[in-house]
Amino acid sequence: MADCLKDKVGEVLLPGDVFSFESKPEKLICGPGLRRNGDEILVCKSGILRHKQPNMYWIDSQQRRYVPAKGESVIGIVTAKSGDVFKVDVGGSELASLSYLAFEGATKRNRPNVQVGDLVYSQFIIANKDMEPELVCIDSCGRANGMGVFGAGGLLFKVSLGLVRRLLAPQSEIVRDLEKMFPFEMVVGLNGRVWVKASSTQRALIVANLLESCENMTAQQRQALFRRVSDGAS
Amino acid sequence: MASENATKLSKNLLRMKFMQRGLDAEVKKQLEEEEKRIISDEHWYLDLPELKAKENFIIEERSFVPCEDLVYGRMSFRGFNPEVEKLMAVMNTQKQAEEEEEEEDVTRMDTDVTDEEMARRYESLVGSMRRKFAKKRERSSTQDEDVNQSTAETKVKKVFLKPLD
Repeated sequence: MADCLKDKVGEVLLPGDVFSFESKPEKLICGPGLRRNGDEILVCKSGILRHKQPNMYWIDSQQRRYVPAKGESVIGIVTAKSGDVFKVDVGGSELASLSYLAFEGATKRNRPNVQVGDLVYSQFIIANKDMEPELVCIDSCGRANGMGVFGAGGLLFKVSLGLVRRLLAPQSEIVRDLEKMFPFEMVVGLNGRVWVKASSTQRALIVANLLESCENMTAQQRQALFRRVSDGAS
Repeated sequence: MASENATKLSKNLLRMKFMQRGLDAEVKKQLEEEEKRIISDEHWYLDLPELKAKENFIIEERSFVPCEDLVYGRMSFRGFNPEVEKLMAVMNTQKQAEEEEEEEDVTRMDTDVTDEEMARRYESLVGSMRRKFAKKRERSSTQDEDVNQSTAETKVKKVFLKPLD
């Protein structure tokens, strides 16, 4: 059934392309960029069609605007405190709400210490196109697992969503090249925000500039640049 | 004619409880049917086309995370933040373990305790549990019994003997 989709894997598709299946259905997962319309699949982003075994298809596209999706971990900026919830800017069309009870160890008595302007690494629990997105800083077992307020003395900057995905890919080459340089810490949010901290401001800036320049570079160019920088840095 | 008129009682009267005894089967049946019809007429329902629950074979997924197997977003390198490095190891191995578990045969389970170990453990457990429930006076005797258990076993148990006829 998925033959017509399988044939197009690796090809560029444009919004408006339609896949319809006439034969008996078998389970199929359409990821970002694809959308179900009755028994058809519509393409709604331009990009390359990707496939993962056994039956997952999605469009690998390049964009800078973030659209919240359930389960994704993002870096948010707390912009307001209003009663029980914090309003958090995640770069989406709307501010997300984050309950003060959604932190590890928080109770009604014991409020978490979150100030306006703090960075939070958190996860979407509700992300719906018609509703206000909602964040939490705990997993289903109530543990933080690294989520929550972070970011004293680091640098936050924005990159494209495609680069973020390349950074978070398993055995990412960019990360492997970067970690050879010097000790540093990094938080990568799927909303395109990256936070970097190193032993000095200069080093943090080096990482930030390198990441921003990685956007449009081949592997050879990148390795050459990294070599040049690490020679200069050390 | 007159007799026929006399038997024609109103339906409502016939439905009354004290009238039920004298009714014959046919009339009873008729009344019951009528009652049923009234009930089913009063029972209302939505006049809608039948909803067909079609099985959905296309599932939508809005996030890239399951598609591209993205890793945990906090990273630290070369010991800059040991806490995060520990977390990284935990979170990333968790994901791998989940995948491996799916591949592995679930039915096979490795045993932590061998059968012999289990038997040895229970052997000692039986004795200690008996001692626990025994009264103080009996306790000394049970210890004796343990020593000469072989002789104790030779005692004939009292059982019910089936009488020979």
